[in-house]
Amino acid sequence: MFDDLRDLYQEVILDHGKNPRNFGRPAAFNRTARGDNPMCGDKIAIYLTVGEDGTIQDLHFDGRGCAISQASASLMTEILRGKSMKEAEALFGYFHDMCTKDEDEQGDHGSLDEDATDKLAVLSGVREFPMRVKCATLAWHTMNAALHGEATTSTENASF
Amino acid sequence: MSDLLNPTLGNAPYDVMRVRQDFPILTRLVHEKKGRAGKPLVYLDNGASAQKPRQVIDAMSHLLEHDYANVHRGVHFLSQRSTDLYEATRDKVATFLNAPSRENIVFTRNATEAFNLLANSWGGRFLQAGDAVIISWMEHHANIVPWQLLRDRIGITIKVVPVLDDGSLDMAAYEAMLTPEVKLVSIAHASNVLGTVNPAARIARLAHAKGILVAFDGSQAAVHQPVDVQAIDADFYIFTGHKLYGPTGIGVLYGRKELLDKMPPWQGGGDMISTVSFEKTTYREAPYRFEAGTPAIVEGVGLGAAIDYVTALGMDAIQAHEQRLLAYATHKLSEIEGLRIIGTAPDKAAIISFTMDGIHPHDIGTLLDRGGVAVRVGRHCAEPLMDRFGVGATARASFGLYNTEAEVDVLVEAVQACKAFFG
Ligand SMILES: Cc1ncc(COP(=O)(O)O)c(C=O)c1O
Repeated sequence: MFDDLRDLYQEVILDHGKNPRNFGRPAAFNRTARGDNPMCGDKIAIYLTVGEDGTIQDLHFDGRGCAISQASASLMTEILRGKSMKEAEALFGYFHDMCTKDEDEQGDHGSLDEDATDKLAVLSGVREFPMRVKCATLAWHTMNAALHGEATTSTENASF
Repeated sequence: MSDLLNPTLGNAPYDVMRVRQDFPILTRLVHEKKGRAGKPLVYLDNGASAQKPRQVIDAMSHLLEHDYANVHRGVHFLSQRSTDLYEATRDKVATFLNAPSRENIVFTRNATEAFNLLANSWGGRFLQAGDAVIISWMEHHANIVPWQLLRDRIGITIKVVPVLDDGSLDMAAYEAMLTPEVKLVSIAHASNVLGTVNPAARIARLAHAKGILVAFDGSQAAVHQPVDVQAIDADFYIFTGHKLYGPTGIGVLYGRKELLDKMPPWQGGGDMISTVSFEKTTYREAPYRFEAGTPAIVEGVGLGAAIDYVTALGMDAIQAHEQRLLAYATHKLSEIEGLRIIGTAPDKAAIISFTMDGIHPHDIGTLLDRGGVAVRVGRHCAEPLMDRFGVGATARASFGLYNTEAEVDVLVEAVQACKAFFG
């Protein structure tokens, strides 16, 4: 019945959705933000430890949401550990384009860690599901808000 | 279950297959793509908005093609024609609700606007700081936020009747809340999430015994069952056209005439005035005083056709049909392990909210959609209620007069497949 849904729900996503990595509020962190998707009720919190040199030394998340939003958050925490703020922002830009734009319209985000972009590719299926894009991008918007010291973000206010 | 599957209603059986032929959209396929056959549409999102029968579509097109002009202001042929057709809907709504007169019926854009009218006009005039309005935990945001805006403006308080675990209103708590500062009870006749049909007559009787007025949000009740505003003794009753198989852009506020007569206008402009000078303007009588500017003429005519349509089928017959679907679907869904139905009150409209262990409603929605089944997922504009039941969101199947038992089977099969997919 759902054959073509495998594009959206790849095994990796189902796995991360069921067993999210870096889940839970850590004992120590120095930046945090909460994100909310009022339409579907997803809520997420991101906890960052950013070093003095601007490197993301550690990051965790908690909250609840659909398989897509949980998997996206989980993957993000794996990808961004050890990245600089600049790299994190560039990956956010890349990921955002990947979820919302056709391949030939995606912007140039500089040279990116290929390991990271390969991992993110599993979420490219959301492009075909416009109603689900916000699920995939919520964690990234929230991470970005935390990086820039905003306490809460809502996908209602974000431009997609 | 077999008696549920072979209905006979009074003398004539309700012929749902015949009814379906009136709804052009029901024959379409969804998710057709090259190399992939589409799925027949199983539309179970009637609680959000219902599909329209040919009769409504035709009435609106016919107006536009033959009879359209502005209403209430022209002396010419078409203006008269348009006015007659539009105003006929006021009579139809009055009959539909068993209102004493057409003058009880105020047209609004939707239920939301009707609540804003009530809060601004009646609330603005008759409430003051320290007065209280009672709502319930199962309200749609449309019956929460207008009162909060009023609270922030003039300092009323809002009291909230709790909901029991099965989704019934806590009537004991309600009775205890009817204290002297309470001036209005504004409560859903039926819940858009739980399906609960609240005991409207009893709610009104208890309030009236203390001299308190009652308003009902009939958005989900008027579409599923006959409503008699005099029998339940409602002071105000609100519903929205697009859930009643009519178009968007038109809703209704029923009000007792002596209340409407005392309420000030809330929006100013053309159509609602008697005389205008720069020094003093006088307003028309209710209900016209509340209808500023050119109204939704085409939509008003469409709503009239929708009421004709459901009346011809019979609200009793529609209710009986939907109750059978509700019983059948509740039974079938309850058999699925890990599925939890939120809202199991004894008196329910044909609405089933549910969650599934380990599967987020949003994912359920996407999977069912691929099976052709349209349901609503999310918070249903009732966030406090979601918190009350400890869920972030639910999936909701809401049935209409054209749904069938075979469609329930498709739903159940899709839910099972969904479980297997994520299992
Ligand atoms: C119980 C209830 N009240 C009010 C509304 C608001 O209706 P509308 O958006 O047409 O104003 C709805 C519809 O979502 C509803 O279900």
